[in-house]
Amino acid sequence: MTEFLDDWGLTLAIFLPLVGVAIMALIPKAEEQLHKAVALIASLAVVVVGVLLVVEFDFDRAGELQFLVDRSWIDVINSRYILGLDGISMPLMLLTMLIVPLCIIYSWNHFPEPHNPKAFLILILVLQTGMIGTFLAQDLILFFVFFEVVLLPMYFMIGVWGGEQRQYAAIKFFLYTLFGSALMLVSFLALYFLADGTDTIAGVANTFDMRALPEAATAVGITAQLWIFGGMFLGFGIKVPMFPFHTWLPDAHTQAPTVGSVILAAVLLKLGTYGFIRIAIPILPEAAIEWAPFIGALAVIGIIYGALCCLAQTDMKRLIAFSSVAHMGFTMLGIATLTDFGMNAAIFGMVAHGLITGMLFFVAGSVKERYHTLEIRRLGGLLISAPKMGWILGFATMASLGLPGLAGFWGEFPVILSAYNPAEGLSVEVFRTYMVIAAVGTVFAAGYLLWLYQRTSFGTPSEEFVNDPHIHDVEIPEWIAWAPMLALILILGVYPNLVFEMTDPAVGLVSELVAAAGR
Amino acid sequence: MNGIDHFLDEGFVRPFIDWHAIAPELTFLAVGAILTLVDVFWLEKGRKYMPALAGLGLLLTLVPILTLAADGTERVLWDGAFVVDEFALVMKALFLVAGYVVVLLSTNYVAEGDFWENEYYGLLAASLMGMVLMASARDLVTIFVALELLSIPIYMMASWRKRAMEGNEAGMKYFLMGVFASAIMLYGMSLLYGASGSTKLEDIGAALSAFDSSVPLITLGVVFVVVGFAFKVSAVPFHVWAPDTYQGAPTPITAFLAVASKTAGFVALIQLIYVGFYDRSDVYAPLLWVLAVASMTIGNLIALRQTHIIRLFAYSGVAQAGYMLAALAVAGTSPEVGRQALTAVVTYLIIYAAMNLGAFAVIHAVARKTRSGEVASYGGLFGYAPGLAVAMVIFLFSLTGIPPLGGWYAKLAVIQATVSDGSWFGYSLAIVIAVNSVIAAFYYANIARLMFMNEAPDGDTTPIRVPFSLSAALTITVVATVLSGVLPQLVGTLAEANLIAFGG
Repeated sequence: MTEFLDDWGLTLAIFLPLVGVAIMALIPKAEEQLHKAVALIASLAVVVVGVLLVVEFDFDRAGELQFLVDRSWIDVINSRYILGLDGISMPLMLLTMLIVPLCIIYSWNHFPEPHNPKAFLILILVLQTGMIGTFLAQDLILFFVFFEVVLLPMYFMIGVWGGEQRQYAAIKFFLYTLFGSALMLVSFLALYFLADGTDTIAGVANTFDMRALPEAATAVGITAQLWIFGGMFLGFGIKVPMFPFHTWLPDAHTQAPTVGSVILAAVLLKLGTYGFIRIAIPILPEAAIEWAPFIGALAVIGIIYGALCCLAQTDMKRLIAFSSVAHMGFTMLGIATLTDFGMNAAIFGMVAHGLITGMLFFVAGSVKERYHTLEIRRLGGLLISAPKMGWILGFATMASLGLPGLAGFWGEFPVILSAYNPAEGLSVEVFRTYMVIAAVGTVFAAGYLLWLYQRTSFGTPSEEFVNDPHIHDVEIPEWIAWAPMLALILILGVYPNLVFEMTDPAVGLVSELVAAAGR
Repeated sequence: MNGIDHFLDEGFVRPFIDWHAIAPELTFLAVGAILTLVDVFWLEKGRKYMPALAGLGLLLTLVPILTLAADGTERVLWDGAFVVDEFALVMKALFLVAGYVVVLLSTNYVAEGDFWENEYYGLLAASLMGMVLMASARDLVTIFVALELLSIPIYMMASWRKRAMEGNEAGMKYFLMGVFASAIMLYGMSLLYGASGSTKLEDIGAALSAFDSSVPLITLGVVFVVVGFAFKVSAVPFHVWAPDTYQGAPTPITAFLAVASKTAGFVALIQLIYVGFYDRSDVYAPLLWVLAVASMTIGNLIALRQTHIIRLFAYSGVAQAGYMLAALAVAGTSPEVGRQALTAVVTYLIIYAAMNLGAFAVIHAVARKTRSGEVASYGGLFGYAPGLAVAMVIFLFSLTGIPPLGGWYAKLAVIQATVSDGSWFGYSLAIVIAVNSVIAAFYYANIARLMFMNEAPDGDTTPIRVPFSLSAALTITVVATVLSGVLPQLVGTLAEANLIAFGG
């Protein structure tokens, strides 16, 4: 079993969804129940693989890549099929594995218009392959392939099943991300030619092997490093999204179908932040130190700007979308400190944001389904018309604003703390300023979230909805989809070490590379 | 030594002919002859066997190519004017497979229209023979003969719809532009001959590198020859014929023009640059840089505004040519970079053939029902022809360069070649390619948007019947497109094919 898992575990985790896709492609469109069953089974099979991986994972060596697979793939460019799982990948991989089946269950009885469960579920499964693959790939080209695979399914998901402005939102999402990743690819290739991997694990001068590149890239001059980091910054920064590149996000989130928003918020945004921690910083630590103050500045601008935008929103889903900009600002600030502490907190923030914002989008979707509107002005009295859902929304908003004891707290508070003492080579004054601004941002966050909750849930339902028979409380599929997320928000809030224990050894290695470069 | 003296001294000696080496060309000759004979003797009765015969003949021609590849020796005939090396074999095979797909596309079109099959397939075979010859041509005269042999049949096929004004316009424009380009090229060739005293590319290469600095005579010669082929590959600013010709020609011929003819142009350019002009990168590198950047940017920007799908693909084809020219622009930096660039261009040509032929196959299939080439007529295609819509999405996003579809690897190879140059000359090209692939994504994604997210414009949602030969063409191209993206090593191995004179 262990041997099998060593060789095949990660490959199965990535490609099992595609097996489901292949089966579904052969089943006629009309067999809707069958499609749902196959998709659910495929995603649950991935969960089983995930559980087995967790059981076999050696947590004492969480800093090392485990279940390593290294096979030849594109020999002509020395690109190899390398997969590995370590403490940084683990929480994000598990998050993906959790979110996807929950999304399928949530969709069970109400697929958004124009229905077509077959196509919808196929897209979700393809997305899953891309997302898990990105978190596990240890070769830059393989990473790039998986990073891009998610584009198409999301484009179609937003464009076909989305809201009124869906076509505009879909193409905007597509073009923005493509722009970033195209320049990122140029960066990867420049790195390939400039790095010297002869004496590393790769054994050849030009390599895409992410295990070898931190050492190999020391051969790259600082000017080239800065340019290459710039290309990666665009690729990852647009995906996150960081402040001036964030404009695709509110549109995509608002227009996407509920499940699309959830996957987008919970996992897709993390591909960008993950890229910084996994690729940009360890490979080019010197450039990272030069870029960090700039990234930190954009991060805190994002925090404040996102919060101010939230205060101005009239649409609940759009408000949650802008809150994502703010929350990802915290994550990026943590990463910009380049410290062990800050990056650990950032990864925790990714997981927490995935669960909490995913949850908020789920609730928003359910509200939309019942009220057929998300205009905050027209909502109200959710606690009266659908009390359980009202409480769940309350729980999620509290978690989102960073209430201690819930998961959101551990993504924000340590980040702010870490900015007090950034990595060697970074200006302490600058980062302490960022710290203060970020702290102010949490106050804003409390403001817009509480205000949102107050306006949607308190009071009495407005006249148009008072006797609306469509407005009913949480249904069974919703309970099944939400319960694990709610439980995890609480569990991680009470015992954050579940994640920190995994990430700390791996992040420690990254911060050591930065520390070595800063000296 | 003087040719006449040679004969007088030694008498006429029959040049040695390696029959195996020219077997593909000879097979082609036989196929053409059989097509004609069947037509002459069987007349109407023979019509329905024509496409099958033509297709079979193409596949038969693959046999000598495979035996030559299995044999593996590099063959040089006629004092170096005709060469069979890895590069030649890979390109010949590509021409034949592309030609076969074009035959599949043509089958129903020609049979259902009021056309005489023999002429059509005969001309197609003649043109393909020119292309196959081009892959082996390492001599100015051979290159010119091959070029005319492949071009003249296309002039006729482009104006195949002789009763339609656009058909006449297509053929006329292409012909006039084509001969104009040929004339410029011939002038360039004559200058090169004057400078080097030989028509053999290898001798020209040696002679050109002997001049240490730029000589106007050589500069003009190189520029004129490159410009002549820039017409063929429809690089900006020599692209103006492409949209009109593509639109007026029958769709299968458009596919043939966009893929096979363009590939032939690149094959000639590669041979000229790598064997003939290699050391004169001071002349061709800046020229190709400008052609590449202009083709990519202008092609993509104009494509954004197109409402007719064939014109859109014409301009997108201009941009795609630009990507390949970008790789060629850095060819002369150093032998290693040249190696990268050669691999990149061959990779691109192979994948480009698969995805572009596929896209034209879908366009052809859709036009059978909608009788329209308007981009808007693709609205709602997913609703009534899901298979075609999904196939089209595969081709469109492969052209955009989204993994795991073949196009991403083609783009990667080209960007890799330009980055390997190691200076801002190459980096700037890489960045222009990257930015351009985003511009292109807009119009490709727009077609996908129409197919999946809009309603059928006229509400007509009767399913499209796809004839067997078209399905076969679609299957071949879809499989090739996806496979080359998932396992790029397959294409990568083929693309490592080297030119005999370019040691690498």
